[in-house]
Amino acid sequence: MDWAVIVSNAKFLILQGLIGIGQFGGGTLRLAVPAILLGFVVGIILGLGRLAQRRWVHYPAAIYIEFMRGIPLVMVIFWFWFLVPVVLRRPVPEYWIALAAFVMFEGAYIGEIIRAGIQSVSRGQVDAATALGLNYIQMMWHVILPQAVRNIIPSLVTQFIVLFKDTSLASIIGMMDLTKAAQTVSQRELRPFEMYLFIAVVYWIFTYSMSRFSQWLEVRMSPEKKPAL
Amino acid sequence: MFFYGFLGISYDFRWSVLWTPPHDSWLIDGLLTTLRVSAASWIVAVLIGILVGALRTVPFRPLRIAATAYVEFFRNVPLLVWLFFWYFGAPEFLPESIREWLIHHGAEFVCAVAGISIYHGARMSEVIRAGIQSIPKTQLEAGLSTGLSVFQTYRLVIIPIALRLIVPPLTNESLNLLKNTSLAMTIGVAELTFATRQIETYTAKAFEAFTAGTLIYLALCLGIAYVMNRVERKFAIPGLIVRAGRAEH
Repeated sequence: MDWAVIVSNAKFLILQGLIGIGQFGGGTLRLAVPAILLGFVVGIILGLGRLAQRRWVHYPAAIYIEFMRGIPLVMVIFWFWFLVPVVLRRPVPEYWIALAAFVMFEGAYIGEIIRAGIQSVSRGQVDAATALGLNYIQMMWHVILPQAVRNIIPSLVTQFIVLFKDTSLASIIGMMDLTKAAQTVSQRELRPFEMYLFIAVVYWIFTYSMSRFSQWLEVRMSPEKKPAL
Repeated sequence: MFFYGFLGISYDFRWSVLWTPPHDSWLIDGLLTTLRVSAASWIVAVLIGILVGALRTVPFRPLRIAATAYVEFFRNVPLLVWLFFWYFGAPEFLPESIREWLIHHGAEFVCAVAGISIYHGARMSEVIRAGIQSIPKTQLEAGLSTGLSVFQTYRLVIIPIALRLIVPPLTNESLNLLKNTSLAMTIGVAELTFATRQIETYTAKAFEAFTAGTLIYLALCLGIAYVMNRVERKFAIPGLIVRAGRAEH
């Protein structure tokens, strides 16, 4: 085993692969962070859509969510990789293709989390908001969503961990993320064992600390589990 | 058939590429490989899951720590990284004879099954552990106090309830495993996604190939989910089981 290969390539792996600073663009964090934020927006739309009374809103949202959850992420990435340049009629960098694919794919999963969160808010809150004369938007924005989001923050953190791991799939269409960077280095240095073990540890440090954070949040945010002072 | 219209994009649909030789059998072969990888990985993952899930409850600390370390390390690293690790990295430490054997017996398949089952085994153990822990201890006490033996209590009370509690999350996790076998294409296993890409490469008919692959995955996943949902409802105990949402994938 030769661990010096990690030290000599650490700068490329971390700066280019993990963060995304460098000539190749890409970057695991530069993909994951916007993807979760935009995915959250898409998720709210889909979650509200699936709960809507009107059928022409409810059915498209439900079909979209079930469709996305019924196929592998790789397939979705390939679809975007093929369709986006055709529709826009010009070549599109892998980063934007991957970002679009992740937002639309994770949006479906986040939509289900949001739906569960909204359904966890008691019916009395809707009645109270209606009695106060709030309209749908006001009710959602001021009453339901703040409570729903608080209930689902642990699930959202878990989903972010999933998304963070999933970004490794962007390397399949050639985006320079941490996995692709390790692949590139290991092909040059012929040290796959050290390379993949090293990035496994890097991924692990991020996902594990997020999962601990999620557990801490869960305890903190559920009143019945809060430790006595 | 020539299609011209949507956003001014022209595309010549030729669905026949899916069933004309030489690519007529690729989708079927891919599907069969996907099912083979899934079945083999599922069996190993469930066995690992039961073993590790049990180890995490034994009254011996070093074993518990080892089992927890396994679960926390393997499920928190992307499966793709594990596949590359097991396929490209790990074999250099195997003895020459085993490596020779692997090369002649489909190293891709073996490494894919190893990678997927070790990763999903860690996740399965969490599902199984959560299921066991959600059974109140009073069930066991109630069983014993009615005069049943420990074995009878397990056979007649604990296991029937545990199975019902575990089936929904286990189905969900099994579908995740099925979808995740698509990553095996990256190390050269000719499964369904691989076949789809291959048809696309040979015929330049991406739309047709991806549509076929997508529909097969959808049919598989929705079909399994539908059957398991029926099973769940048939065996549900009224008032006991609240259907858990399928959030993670």
